[in-house]
Amino acid sequence: MSDSVAPPKETFRLSMLLYDSRYRGITIQFVVLVLVLLALGWLARNAAVNLAALGKPLRFDFLGDTASYDINQRLIEYTSTDSHGRAVLVGLLNTLLVAFMGCAAATILGVIGGVLRLSSNWLVSRLVALYVEIFRNVPVLLWIFVCMFTLTAIAPAPRAFRGDTPEASMLLWDSMAVTNRGIYIPEPLFSRPLGDLNLGVFNVSIELIVLLAVLAGSLFAMKWNNARANRIQTETGDRPNTMWMNIAIVIIPFLLVLIALGFHIGKPELKGFNFKGGINMSAPLIGLWLGLTLYTTTYIIEAVRSGIQAVSKGQSEAAFALGLRPGRTMSLVILPQALRVIIPQLISQYLNLTKNSSLAVAIGYMDLVSTLGGVTLNQTGREMEAILMLMAIYLTISLTISGTMNWYNNRVKLVER
Amino acid sequence: MSDLAIERKIDRSKMEVSDEVAIQINDMNKWYGTFHVLRDINLTVNKGERIVIAGPSGSGKSTMIRCINRLEEHQAGDIIVDGIELTNDLKNIDKIRSEVGMCFQHFNLFPHLTILENCTLAPIWVRKTPKKEAIETAMHFLEKVKIPDQANKYPGQLSGGQQQRVAIARSLCMKPRIMLFDEPTSALDPEMIKEVLDTMIELAEEGMTMLCVTHEMGFARQVANRVIFMDQGQIVEQNEPEEFFNNPKSERTKLFLSQILGH
Amino acid sequence: MSDLSYVRTEMLPQKAPPATSVGVVGWLRENLFSSVGNSALTVVTGALLLMLLSAILPWVFLGIWDAESLADCRAQFAEMYADGRTYACWAVIADRWDQIMFGYSFGNLNEGLYWRPLLGLALILVALSPILYPNVPRIMYVATAATLFLYPWLIWGGSIWGPLTLAMCIIGGIVAFRFASQVMITAFALPVAIVVTAVLIMVVMGPLSNGLASVAALELQPVPSREVSGFVLSITIGIVAIVASLPIAIMLALGRQSDLFIVNKLSTGFIEIIRGVPLITLIFVATVLMKYFLPSHIDLDPVVAVMILVTLFTAAYIAEVIRGGLAALPKGQYEAADALGLTYWQAQRLIILPQALKISIPGIVSNFISVFKDTTLVSIVALNDPLGISGAIRSNSDWNGIVWELYGFIALVFWIFCFSMSRYSLWLERQLQTGHR
Repeated sequence: MSDSVAPPKETFRLSMLLYDSRYRGITIQFVVLVLVLLALGWLARNAAVNLAALGKPLRFDFLGDTASYDINQRLIEYTSTDSHGRAVLVGLLNTLLVAFMGCAAATILGVIGGVLRLSSNWLVSRLVALYVEIFRNVPVLLWIFVCMFTLTAIAPAPRAFRGDTPEASMLLWDSMAVTNRGIYIPEPLFSRPLGDLNLGVFNVSIELIVLLAVLAGSLFAMKWNNARANRIQTETGDRPNTMWMNIAIVIIPFLLVLIALGFHIGKPELKGFNFKGGINMSAPLIGLWLGLTLYTTTYIIEAVRSGIQAVSKGQSEAAFALGLRPGRTMSLVILPQALRVIIPQLISQYLNLTKNSSLAVAIGYMDLVSTLGGVTLNQTGREMEAILMLMAIYLTISLTISGTMNWYNNRVKLVER
Repeated sequence: MSDLAIERKIDRSKMEVSDEVAIQINDMNKWYGTFHVLRDINLTVNKGERIVIAGPSGSGKSTMIRCINRLEEHQAGDIIVDGIELTNDLKNIDKIRSEVGMCFQHFNLFPHLTILENCTLAPIWVRKTPKKEAIETAMHFLEKVKIPDQANKYPGQLSGGQQQRVAIARSLCMKPRIMLFDEPTSALDPEMIKEVLDTMIELAEEGMTMLCVTHEMGFARQVANRVIFMDQGQIVEQNEPEEFFNNPKSERTKLFLSQILGH
Repeated sequence: MSDLSYVRTEMLPQKAPPATSVGVVGWLRENLFSSVGNSALTVVTGALLLMLLSAILPWVFLGIWDAESLADCRAQFAEMYADGRTYACWAVIADRWDQIMFGYSFGNLNEGLYWRPLLGLALILVALSPILYPNVPRIMYVATAATLFLYPWLIWGGSIWGPLTLAMCIIGGIVAFRFASQVMITAFALPVAIVVTAVLIMVVMGPLSNGLASVAALELQPVPSREVSGFVLSITIGIVAIVASLPIAIMLALGRQSDLFIVNKLSTGFIEIIRGVPLITLIFVATVLMKYFLPSHIDLDPVVAVMILVTLFTAAYIAEVIRGGLAALPKGQYEAADALGLTYWQAQRLIILPQALKISIPGIVSNFISVFKDTTLVSIVALNDPLGISGAIRSNSDWNGIVWELYGFIALVFWIFCFSMSRYSLWLERQLQTGHR
């Protein structure tokens, strides 16, 4: 049969580049690549010519020059005699600080709000819905401005705390002061300090490392405790109560270490015209933090709501019918399914919040954009380098976060099988 | 379900098998990754033949007919359709696809287009038929599958059986020389299977060359001139329907027939 | 046995439910006071709500609408209330609302030019109607196409010949595409058409429009880009970004769905880079870096530069929405198109994209809402969007020190736009779920 049609062996013809399914794809890709490279090359050439004409070849050595500007809100040591590079690092840490604070606050508020949104209490659920509709339909920049100006307009100036009959008083047993220059909160102090660990670029206090290590150890012990409970449950069917043991495992070693280090609280105190001591969170930081939090919370509320609603009612009914109590139903049946919907949305909101934190530049919080893309750029005149660096840093942060998200999604998918 | 009796009298006057070859498949092999789905398939289909391909699920029946119009790519061997060899040449692929009609298990009508638009789309854009002519042809075939009155409805408004008949009409509008059916009735309720089978029988009566992957053994018995049994990616047995059903040779065929027919 | 036998002789009439489970009382019991905890929650929330409202409502409604300046407002309040209470000074809105809405150009500088942005907005609504509501006559697409050229003319003014010759160049590009696709595959005809259009715009457009303008001027009073401001600027940037980004987004989405390795990676890379950086950095690129990337003789308008970058930004996000729409289509649709012999581009244009775009519309609308909100970022680079104008108003000695009234008004306008659009998007989503598809 097979010899009745013997196809002639094909030789390569030029037209096959277009009309052969094996080569057409390659041809198209080649053409696209050439066009894209031509376009990019044109842009790059223009940039090179224009920069050369201005005498500003692409160089990053300006990062080593003296910054000669101050940053009042900072996590690491910095003075105006430090380099631009260090100023950028301070800015990056400030970005990460406000992003972290915002994500944490928005998550807490968002989870509470999401649960309240689904509450059977009409008033509460409607109020949360109203909050969501009001805050998400107005630009976040406007909220940041509003929060910033609320603080500076309503909060008293530090001098209002002075005198025998001050106009303003501190909150929480004189440990916290809300002023129009920012909020002063107590700081943790240690009377038997262990000193700092020099990491080259910045110092980290050893107390912090020790405390984190103790916490990590406790969590590990907690895991072991839960595993033990699981084992006992598998063997005997009875699950021992792990809650009290877990609380003890976490708290007791932590407290012991705190006492050993001589932990005490340093309250901010009014000295002269301003507060001294304590931790100062500057007004722009608070304004940005509040604005981002209030705005992002609305999205997290919706994520939590949609996640819980995505689990069909039949699931909880089935669990109840099997005799599981509401608490166990939530933790064993509803949450595992809802989290699969919630967490990707949550992480994409973290991503948005981190990117939105760049609006800091509008109210003068010294984040990455205000330092690298603001003062440093203006002082050195290296627009190309500064903005490209800025984009590269944000891209790295975003890719790290979305990489985490993909990793989580893949893990959840595997669990599903 | 599988042995639905066909009561109507079949007009066999035009059902003749010519000597001309419509499809020739030589030593075709196909792999999904390392899985060998089609093994050394050799098949010659003459014009006017009505072939039913049967076999357990996963035996490669659908994959085989999908290779004939290049919905799946084969990796070794030759497929020659209507004298045109199915190679990597896109012009040939286009030519073959416009000569070969295909109906799918899930109809795959275009939900955003009316029935009429579904039928005229390919003639207008592929065959470059003038619109008026395309509409006339479409109405002709819609009448033939007995739903001309639904022409301006959307697929979602039709029953499954009606949708499958529209899908057949849509293929016919391209005036194909060969029709492929990929389990056209498996997604239908029993009462709708009959209307689709009737349409297919009419097509057979007009002498269309047909390859049907189906579990409708009644159809196979009465309409097909040849039944092919496939298992594990190979053609295990082929014969005239009478012989195939009454006197199967291979053990696999016997087992399959006893499972599908006898209860 | 007979003990178990029972026959009802008389049917029971329907009785009213207990009074505590129906009517206002029942509703209150069920929704507000179903348990002790719930009642406590209701009381606490209600009290908080009352406190909040009692602070805000008098401030809003006892405000003054008629005053010369903030000082005047304060004087009036001092006269009215002996205890020094003050409320909102809405007079600033009465004084400056036209600037906030229409900007400097159409606001108080050129009185009587309101009709231009208003007509533009009306045109946009007409143009959107075939997309927003199904079953609008096809002829409306002509209006949509015309709006693309009329709207910029209404906003920036100048000679009508500019937009008209631009339209001609684009039509020329389309004709070139028609011819090119006769002789080559679509994947190549497309770049050819783009190149032809670009050449026409660069070479033919300027002389042609100048020539025609010298014959018959047909001019609107031109408005310099810097003066396009207020909500007119926000809306213009938003509309331009969404309209111009759609074709780019479709290409990116198709590219990201493509099997061709390089095309796929290029599209993915572009989308991920744009989505990975904050919009403000892209706006910096527009205002600071763009001039480096273009030949030195081209002097790019800052508003146009911002629009280009915002368009690219939007395109990356909408591409992801459309990709979701593409992925939602069953594989059978592609197979049926293949089996009928349609080419890749025919299948995309006739079968795949119409369906994918339809299910993407709600997502596109929410993206439009985000872009519209994000246009406030241009105030950071000193363009005068409503926030920029509010800054300018506050720096005026008459209104120095006013904050809440301005932000409140701007927030309200944004809220009305965004809320109505989000409701529309929800409505559309429900339509898509219930309607036959």
